[in-house]
Amino acid sequence: MYPDDLRYTREHEWVRAAGRPWIVGITHYAQEELGDVVYVELPSVGAHFAAGDEFGVVESVKAVSALYLPVDGEIVEVNPQLEAQPELINDEPYGQGWMVKVAPSGEGELDDLLDAAAYRRLVNELRA
Amino acid sequence: MDSEPLVHELSSPGRRGVRPPLPQFQAVDPADALPASEIRADLRLPEVSEIDVMRHFLRLSHRNHSVDTAMYPLGSCTMKYNPKVNEVTARTPGLADIHPYQAEDTVQGALALIFELEALLAEITGFSAVSTQPSAGSQGELVGLLAILAWHESRGQTRTQVLVPDSAHGTNPATGSMSGLQVVNLPTAADGGIDLRDLDERLGPNAAALMLTLPSTLGLFERRIQQVVERVHASGALVYCDGANMNAMLGRVRPADLGIDVMHLNLHKTFSTPHGGGGPGAGALGVQPFLEAFLPGPRVVRRGGGYALADVSDDSIGRVHAHLGNFGNLVRAYTYIRSLGAAGLRAAADGAVLNANYLRARLADDYDLPYDRPCMHEVVFAGTRQRRQGVRTLDIAKRLIDFGIHPPTIYFPTIVDEALMIEPTETESRESLDRFVEVMRQIAREAATEPDTLKAAPVNAPVRRLDEATANRRPDVRLASEFGG
Repeated sequence: MYPDDLRYTREHEWVRAAGRPWIVGITHYAQEELGDVVYVELPSVGAHFAAGDEFGVVESVKAVSALYLPVDGEIVEVNPQLEAQPELINDEPYGQGWMVKVAPSGEGELDDLLDAAAYRRLVNELRA
Repeated sequence: MDSEPLVHELSSPGRRGVRPPLPQFQAVDPADALPASEIRADLRLPEVSEIDVMRHFLRLSHRNHSVDTAMYPLGSCTMKYNPKVNEVTARTPGLADIHPYQAEDTVQGALALIFELEALLAEITGFSAVSTQPSAGSQGELVGLLAILAWHESRGQTRTQVLVPDSAHGTNPATGSMSGLQVVNLPTAADGGIDLRDLDERLGPNAAALMLTLPSTLGLFERRIQQVVERVHASGALVYCDGANMNAMLGRVRPADLGIDVMHLNLHKTFSTPHGGGGPGAGALGVQPFLEAFLPGPRVVRRGGGYALADVSDDSIGRVHAHLGNFGNLVRAYTYIRSLGAAGLRAAADGAVLNANYLRARLADDYDLPYDRPCMHEVVFAGTRQRRQGVRTLDIAKRLIDFGIHPPTIYFPTIVDEALMIEPTETESRESLDRFVEVMRQIAREAATEPDTLKAAPVNAPVRRLDEATANRRPDVRLASEFGG
């Protein structure tokens, strides 16, 4: 549910920093809490954000929620499939449901994010 | 229950209802009057008799849920009963059969009604002036923020932020964005109110206003309201109050006395005019004296022995609605206020608060209460206990439909997990509240013992659970192609 090779935010986004650019999406827990996602609004390619900035909006049958970028950086690609198939976020949150690719401004910020074990503890606390 | 066919499916060639007399004028050949591209050979209108139409729509109406049918505890929407005397007055020919652009001396009664209603709303809220022009709560908010910005501008100040607690109505941050302001979120303190230290941190030279929903969407009165208002004013910002929940305070609190600068009222909530279904609302806006000049116009004023429409000053933000607002709703609100009187309005607020607290107390053993203290006109439960049993708040809401009760607002406010926001209003009797309690307790038992019953709900409604996700993801609202769609 929470792959070991990702980093996580307390707001339930994930980052895959295996190579450049980094890939960002929302977690299994986030998609489950949202319920069926019906729409996602993503930024334009080229937009710059600081870590913690709102970079988009995800809308489910239940609620509209802001998306926060885990790291400083520039958006270099947005997932083109999500406009027609927002359900990918529910079906494959770590795969085809990815949201944006980011060219990070630095490296150090990854250390501020949670690793999989810490994120699992957070989810367990929230579910308690 | 059988599904009702489309009226097109009832069609039979040549069948018709009313047969109007043949026209007495010379018919025009469409080909002479219109370009060919504008002429259709085939217009697939249903061919049905009057009784077909009557039965079709009456059957559909029987499947509708309204407060005239059964309980409708939709939190923050104040779905109180709308007294039918309101409809009698709204249909008075002198008020119903007039035109907004008639000469003023022929609509003195209508102008007098607007003038008097604004005065009554001013008396109820304590504000010095009220405009009934905004046609919805959200428009009242927009007009209020624009007036606040115009005031700052008149003092040579440009302020770019609006502070909005996360317990506010969802329209508040939307209004901030619509007004071109940056929305700064204020997290709710553990007791459900505003954290003053947090407020201090976020107030600054850029803050134009605080938008406060009072009572909040947690159904709680802001106990630190005086300190909040003092701090906001000290920073040079103004306090906007979302007065959608004024039903909790009628005759008990005058918001202007709290130091609030601007507030809208939802006449379609607090003052029993019809709403829902996207129908017209009315979002009257009250202001303190220093903001009067910024109100929209034209305004109804006394002139000579009667009433007239007066243009407003250059400071005004201008007209925000064609004519003078949703006049029919103003007539209904006026009727409600006059038929209840001061004592009746206060009793309405007391009853609304008492009923909500009655439900809070009687359901406290069955549902979690994230903010467990006396509430105002609505109470927010959390379906967190039921979630551990594998049942979501959505399932609880759907199950209520099986008992003929409209579901409460769910998943809002968003700061409460699995929220159930229940507003019974003052118009429910003790007996109907007790029945609601019994139904909610039964649902809590079902969650523990037979969760699948809740997941399958509703089973007694005209339709089963709808596929909202597909309806949102791939909306298709055309008629089937065989009917010309």
